[in-house]
Amino acid sequence: MATPRLDNDLAAVGAGLDALDAPTTERRPSAGKRFVRTAVPPLIAFALLIGVWQALWAAAFWPEYQLPSPGSVWAAVAEAIRTGRALDVLWTSVHRAVLGFLTAVVIATPLGLLIAKVRVVRAAIGSLVTGLQSLPSVAWVPAGILWFGATPSTIYFVVLMGSVPSIANGLVAGVDQIPPLLPRVGQALGAGRLAQARHILLPAALPGYLAGLKQGWAFSWRSLMAAEIIATSPQLGEGLGQYLHNGSSLNDISMVIAAIFLILLVGVGIELLVFRPLERAVLRARGLTGAM
Amino acid sequence: MTATLENTSLSTLDAAVTLSGVRKSFGHGPGAVTALDGVDLRVAPGEFVCLLGASGCGKSTLLNLVAGLDAPTAGSIELTTSRPAVMFQEAALMPWLTAARNVELPLRLAGLKRGERRDKANELLSLVRLGEAGHKRPHELSGGMRQRVALARALASTLGSAEEGTPGLLLMDEPFAALDAITRDVLQAELVRVWQETRTAIVFVTHDVREAVRLAQRVVLLSSRPGRVVREWTTADVDHTALINDITTRLREVISGHAAA
Repeated sequence: MATPRLDNDLAAVGAGLDALDAPTTERRPSAGKRFVRTAVPPLIAFALLIGVWQALWAAAFWPEYQLPSPGSVWAAVAEAIRTGRALDVLWTSVHRAVLGFLTAVVIATPLGLLIAKVRVVRAAIGSLVTGLQSLPSVAWVPAGILWFGATPSTIYFVVLMGSVPSIANGLVAGVDQIPPLLPRVGQALGAGRLAQARHILLPAALPGYLAGLKQGWAFSWRSLMAAEIIATSPQLGEGLGQYLHNGSSLNDISMVIAAIFLILLVGVGIELLVFRPLERAVLRARGLTGAM
Repeated sequence: MTATLENTSLSTLDAAVTLSGVRKSFGHGPGAVTALDGVDLRVAPGEFVCLLGASGCGKSTLLNLVAGLDAPTAGSIELTTSRPAVMFQEAALMPWLTAARNVELPLRLAGLKRGERRDKANELLSLVRLGEAGHKRPHELSGGMRQRVALARALASTLGSAEEGTPGLLLMDEPFAALDAITRDVLQAELVRVWQETRTAIVFVTHDVREAVRLAQRVVLLSSRPGRVVREWTTADVDHTALINDITTRLREVISGHAAA
């Protein structure tokens, strides 16, 4: 319909539009700059906190057995690390949390898919699973002890009750938020039911699923600590929760705060080392970097 | 069915798609809405047809029926092409895939091998002048570029399911409606170029008379609620300005007919 000359003009206009309209991508700042921006503010905040703590301790408003000095807490941590006790305690708790979390993923993923895609299942147990999320999982500890005794089964039971609803709910939310056009496009491109789930639904639901996993991890860690603090027996060995519990029994406030510090450290560490990078990679690939 | 065909040289055999007496209603009983009523339409292989009509004429319903995304209440739709490709008003690219992977998706669903897929996708991206942008993600592309990727993907889906020799069929549901005027103008020209190069049949739904006359060989006007074929025009060897006026007048009559009711 067009002469070659016109066709070339058109190509030029098209190329010009592409250059003008394509969103400009911000260049990522250098690694050093990113480190300064992300790592320095929390470090300063932490240093300030220690400073305030030290000042309060020096002012001696509270007796030593209620507010220890940062130094003595650090000594407790260092002592635990030196004797190898910290490593044992951390290992006991972290491997329980990871095992419990992985089991929760295996249970919650098909459960979430069923709730999201099968209407009867959603009507029957959808609200129940959402409701379970607001039930503090520590409430399951007494029941667990009656059912399973003070054994690892109780601990895993409580961890699962805490994390399965979060992960399943995250997946349901992820599936619900898929734009309805995408599955239709998939159908038009020739995807059958299975291919639809594999190539369209699961990748489209990934951000919601990841958010669910992240929350699920936080819930398993929390539930584990609750279970370990309440259920103590020689059979269970010493996890972080028991370490905390022992500190409290010995009236050793430094040990209690050291335990809290270690619990926080694991929670923040897993979040920073595992979930944050994963979430970032997924969101950046989709151009959803606003919150990052 | 063949009674509607006056031209004897055109049989069902050389039609890309033949609709006869197609009716589609939604719902049951007194609340049922009839979207299409007795639509007869024939599209020849390689033909470019625009379906024109006001809101509620069932244009999109018609495309969904031909695409097989929905089934007609009555009548029949015969396709002699491979599975028809569909393009929507939104590009609807998968945000987690690069442009090239999006084009590869239908080929992957059709079971093509990786190397073949990649070659085909590159070829199609070059066809829509995006050969260099294959590695980009949808959010890094402009609206017009996304729609071109969607076009390449649609073409891939009809080629992916095609055996040698079967003609393609591309169904387009107001694909340029959401774009700005200059981009739309460029894309219309691109579409005509791509159509000439691939020789696939196109059924293009629009409510823009100018767009319809510019693009199509044949313009089909549909009435609204229920949709029926009101009139057809061919655009070859006709003064386009006069034709646009003619069609616009007729379209206005169809629309004002609803005010009385």
